[in-house]
Amino acid sequence: MSIFINKDTKVIVQGITGAVGLFHAKQMIEYGTQIVGGVTPGKGGTEVEGVPVFNTVEEAVKATGANASVIYVPPAFAAEAIVEAVDAGLDLAICITEGIPVMDMVKVKRYMEGKKTRLVGPNCPGVITPEECKIGIMPGYIHMKGHVGVVSRSGTLTYEAVHQLSQNGIGQSTAVGIGGDPVNGTDFIDVLKAFNEDDDTYAVIMIGEIGGTAEEEAAEWVKANMKKPVVGFIGGKTAPPGKRMGHAGAIISGGKGTAAEKIKTMEACGIKVAETPSVMGETLISVLKEHDMLDRCTTHKAKA
Amino acid sequence: MNIHEYQGKELLRKYGVAVPNGKVAFSVEEAVEAAKELGSAVSVVKAQIHAGGRGKAGGVKVAKSLDEVQTYASEILGKVLVTHQTGPEGKEVKRLLIEEGCDIKKEYYIGLVLDRATSRVVMMGSEEGGTEIEEVAEATPEKIFKEVIDPAIGLQSFQARRLAYNINIPKELVNKAAKFMISLYTAFVEKDCSIAEINPLVVTGDGNVMALDAKLNFDSNALYRHPDIMEYRDLEEEDPKEIEASKYDLTYIALDGNIGCMVNGAGLAMATMDIIKHYSGDPANFLDVGGGATTEKVTEAFKIILSDKNVKGIFVNIFGGIMKCDVIANGVVEATKQVGLELPLVVRLEGTNVELGKKILKESGLNITAADSMADGAEKIVALVK
Repeated sequence: MSIFINKDTKVIVQGITGAVGLFHAKQMIEYGTQIVGGVTPGKGGTEVEGVPVFNTVEEAVKATGANASVIYVPPAFAAEAIVEAVDAGLDLAICITEGIPVMDMVKVKRYMEGKKTRLVGPNCPGVITPEECKIGIMPGYIHMKGHVGVVSRSGTLTYEAVHQLSQNGIGQSTAVGIGGDPVNGTDFIDVLKAFNEDDDTYAVIMIGEIGGTAEEEAAEWVKANMKKPVVGFIGGKTAPPGKRMGHAGAIISGGKGTAAEKIKTMEACGIKVAETPSVMGETLISVLKEHDMLDRCTTHKAKA
Repeated sequence: MNIHEYQGKELLRKYGVAVPNGKVAFSVEEAVEAAKELGSAVSVVKAQIHAGGRGKAGGVKVAKSLDEVQTYASEILGKVLVTHQTGPEGKEVKRLLIEEGCDIKKEYYIGLVLDRATSRVVMMGSEEGGTEIEEVAEATPEKIFKEVIDPAIGLQSFQARRLAYNINIPKELVNKAAKFMISLYTAFVEKDCSIAEINPLVVTGDGNVMALDAKLNFDSNALYRHPDIMEYRDLEEEDPKEIEASKYDLTYIALDGNIGCMVNGAGLAMATMDIIKHYSGDPANFLDVGGGATTEKVTEAFKIILSDKNVKGIFVNIFGGIMKCDVIANGVVEATKQVGLELPLVVRLEGTNVELGKKILKESGLNITAADSMADGAEKIVALVK
């Protein structure tokens, strides 16, 4: 088991003929993801990498039976691409695009109310269920199949955490990048809920950063509902207030959204927070030991 | 992106938001000329810098004659204002706003921000105008009222009126205040603002509802569709290193320390600063080189880092996911040669072809210290700059 995606997920790539879309389509196919089609308006009827290209998402879904889409469309058109995926009734739309205007996403979120599609991102690395399905831009080879769920607002920090786990022989059930934008589809709580219900996930690493209060809300949710151990990390302890730290959502404004505040709430809710990004894996291991779960979570031989 | 108060007011005026008459002045002569043209009995001389707290720092003066305008203008122009938002080095005043004075009856606060929890724009109001909203929120949270706005229909009149009643706008001016709020919301949405703060909003003796100050901030992701807002950009208010970095698609933010950082990914870049601090070092900057760390990008990044004279060493932390480590290593070596780097350089590489990458660094003959992990790299660079 896993969450959101698995070996049966059929994926179309919106923006498959662009440089980024094409590059990552190849990488995903190589990983074993079922890429069943691509969408680029005006390029319908052609084929790239053995994958049929369609003019619209609706057409692609009808022809291929796809249930998920990954979006590599430039920022000015990405919000509309999400809406098109939702309109076509896909179960899942994962938007990798960075730099979508916030106001566009406010409208997209409003449009999505009551619709069945789950949006992950934008401005995210995607979702991967190791050895089954990779949708996004993450390096597949660092992941190993296993039982630890990973959820994060940052791409490279997710890779860092996954790498540390894999080095120690601890495989992952699914790793979800929810993205660094202030308005996104799936949030920490959505992912934590799914991990909580997934029989194959035994523990979770949650990686947050400065800005907003999503981590605090998630921590309260964990305290009230989570049956599995959760460890965390928050990036940006040293970030100055009022400055946008790369990610559109990573900004301390009006004294709110500091790392200190988030760490305090998480610790108070029973989430052990790694002191440095170098010890995310170690922190999880120490918690697994406390729960006598390390053996069950060690799925591979440690590399180090 | 930030703009000046006078630019914000100019923009709001186009949307029908009431603001006092005023003119920008770049010299004392222009200031006096502006006051003459306005012809009001009282005029206000306001320093234009991208920071709040100007009044307390002596950047806002009320002039009762043209002579006083001249005196204040020459006093404020060229002055370095230090406020809680400028940092200790302060900001030099290069522009003034000369505005007609008005008869203030009472001050209020109106602000628009994105509420991340609901993914909607929220209008906030308070009768505690003139004070910073964070302070009001801290001391008297019950005095802040909010209206959550549905993007499908926008701010409704009843919501604006409700907010006006809640913050005790005199009832004969409620409709004017509501019109003000709706115009402000329209400007906010149409111009892709990220923050719009009117503090204070004032009601005047002659029955007007006006924005006495205007702080507008724009979503930089949306600037591509607002060339008119781009015109307002004042490069003198920005760090030259940050401007240079943006030309190469690098995200750079200057900090006070002495360890230059070059990292791929915003999250990892923040975490790298944190870990340097954890080992008692001081990061000189945040720098995200993005997904593709090419030789050109690495070279430019080095140049920008080195233009900060406080930098005593550089820590490169790259998790080469899709990018292969040997490619990155070659880029680092090439860039090091090109800029003739003499400072200590610690490189931590992880990902595809990491061994090959390390070998390239080692065999380059350059003074590059390889690190095995983030922690190892942070410890090494901290030791090297001591």
